Amino acid sequence: MAFNYDQYLRLEKMPTLWCWGCGDGVILKAFVRAIEKMGVKQDDVCVVSGIGCSGRFSSYVDFNTVHTTHGRTVAFATGIKMMHPDKIVVCVAGDGDALAIGGNHTIHGARRNIDMTLIIINNFIYGLTNSQTSPTTPQGMWTVTQKVGNIDPTFDACALGIASGASFVARESMLDPKKLEKIFVKAMEHRGFSFLDILSNCHINLGRKNKMVSAMDNLNWIDSITMPVKKYNELPEEEKLNYFPTGILKEDTNVREYCDMYQDIIDAHQGKRANITQDDFEKKI
Amino acid sequence: MADTREVISSGNHLAALASADAGCRFMGGYPITPSSEVIEQMSDLLPKRGGSCIQMEDEIAAVAAAIGAGMAGHRTLTATSGPGISLKAENLGLAQMCEVPLVVVNVMRGGPSTGLPTRVSQGDVRQAKNPSHGDYRSITLCAGNLSECYTEVVRAFNLADRFMQPVFVLLDETIGHMHGKAIIPTAEAVKAGIVPRKQFDGAPEDYHPYECEHDQPAVLNKMFTGYRYHFTGLHHDKNGFPTEEIETCRKLIQRLEDKVMLHTDELELNEEFMLDDMTGEEGEVLIIAYGSVSLAAKESIRHLRAAGIKAGLFRPLTLWPSPEKAIKKYTDMIKNVLCVELNIRQYTEEVERVSSRLDIQGLFKVNGRPISPHEIVSKVKEVF
Repeated sequence: MAFNYDQYLRLEKMPTLWCWGCGDGVILKAFVRAIEKMGVKQDDVCVVSGIGCSGRFSSYVDFNTVHTTHGRTVAFATGIKMMHPDKIVVCVAGDGDALAIGGNHTIHGARRNIDMTLIIINNFIYGLTNSQTSPTTPQGMWTVTQKVGNIDPTFDACALGIASGASFVARESMLDPKKLEKIFVKAMEHRGFSFLDILSNCHINLGRKNKMVSAMDNLNWIDSITMPVKKYNELPEEEKLNYFPTGILKEDTNVREYCDMYQDIIDAHQGKRANITQDDFEKKI
Repeated sequence: MADTREVISSGNHLAALASADAGCRFMGGYPITPSSEVIEQMSDLLPKRGGSCIQMEDEIAAVAAAIGAGMAGHRTLTATSGPGISLKAENLGLAQMCEVPLVVVNVMRGGPSTGLPTRVSQGDVRQAKNPSHGDYRSITLCAGNLSECYTEVVRAFNLADRFMQPVFVLLDETIGHMHGKAIIPTAEAVKAGIVPRKQFDGAPEDYHPYECEHDQPAVLNKMFTGYRYHFTGLHHDKNGFPTEEIETCRKLIQRLEDKVMLHTDELELNEEFMLDDMTGEEGEVLIIAYGSVSLAAKESIRHLRAAGIKAGLFRPLTLWPSPEKAIKKYTDMIKNVLCVELNIRQYTEEVERVSSRLDIQGLFKVNGRPISPHEIVSKVKEVF
């Protein structure tokens, strides 16, 4: 039987403002199926989004939803999660949100390893505002702010996630909705900061301005720059440059989660445990 | 008195204690002189009470996390100084638009920019009125002594829940770092006076958080309680969803204005010091001052009276919206009016607007030092 999305969607808000063929819809549906698979109540989920096309994600799904300012999703979500450590908090951000204007919050949310899932919908461009350069726009591509070609070096989002301390880091693309669904389940079930770089298409504002005239061209391009991490690891170093590895890039279940650690602070203040010292941590520096 | 207690503390510490006693359970903060003692205190007080206090990665994140906790339904605080407010401004606008209650303590220091970090100023009075872009009405309280660092913060939490929006409490470096005896309400008395934000308890399908009377705030139920709705900084409809429908947009912004401006009686709080014997006769002097400056103003009035000059102080504790009628009453009655501020004309211009007078005298000091009673006495003798 076909999956019935109705329960999870705000149908009266349809159609979405996303362009026909936009990957955001594929990602949204995979997310909804993941929630269904996890069997959690809609009341127990909070979706926080930022600004841009991805910012509208939160208004289409029937959970507790918050559409915040540009780049600040993780910061808002931190306040929500700290007060409700048992709830599922999901941030949906664009590449501009998470890696440009909100880069600092991405770094520090990951560093704290607070239990939330950050879904970066990475379409390599500022799509909503008509093709300005984003931190993930490949060098040499055309944007309205760099009409003779983008010189800004391209951001590897997952490398940032790993370096910042996120305990779960993965990349997938909207080309494989089944994999997306699985990775969403894994990320949300992981207790800690789950950092997801989800590659998506913007055939309107990236593709057709960069010799990818049809939506399919844009999808084929995403396919051509991605490779499962196992296969990627076998590549000679010089060939790795032109691929983004997909799949789970980091999964560490031994790192303590921030709300759990904060409970130690509460317990210490309430005399239920001794003060926290360096002896409580394996890592001393 | 049974309902009060005597403590020895500082302004910043009292602001923190007041927050905890008023039911605040979350603080997002970032260290900044001269307000850092607030988060230092809260980092002890909140976990003791089962709440959370996080030092975030920057000022923007600090207010965002606090607003997030507010959206989830909790009493929440951030504290900072002028440069921090500048950074927080955009998210304060989101809280205005989404109608999320929040208390913002600003311990003012010299500005603009990095200014005089360890010195006193009242330079953020104008900023407090409109920190973020767009139309909304700021509610700004200002503590004038140690006890008020406690009572005004308590009042701010109750007003935030009543009006469903951020409420500023302005302290300044002098009062924030002042250490001494203060008589404050007991925690029990504060608890008894808490009026929590309104909640809708009908069926979820009948719940429309932003469908309210033209002069009333949104009714935002706590998150995760079965009432799923939407927060957005975009113009929104009765359930919080983005809309550009002309009449809905107009009504929303007009309501943000009217929910405050049609209920200023619930906000106004003034001190009238030695004004009761004023009759409007020649030679009387009205001093208008607020915050720590009012301490010097009161002392100067005692000296002036001893020297035969009939002077009195009008002190607003709610700076914004300004107490228009009260200011008008006294400026109509008393000819000689002197505004004393640790900035240049920031509130004097409001007094001019309200009084329709352009002969208001001012004593302004912007070198980071407090104003002494002697300076006020000299100014009065010089200009009147």
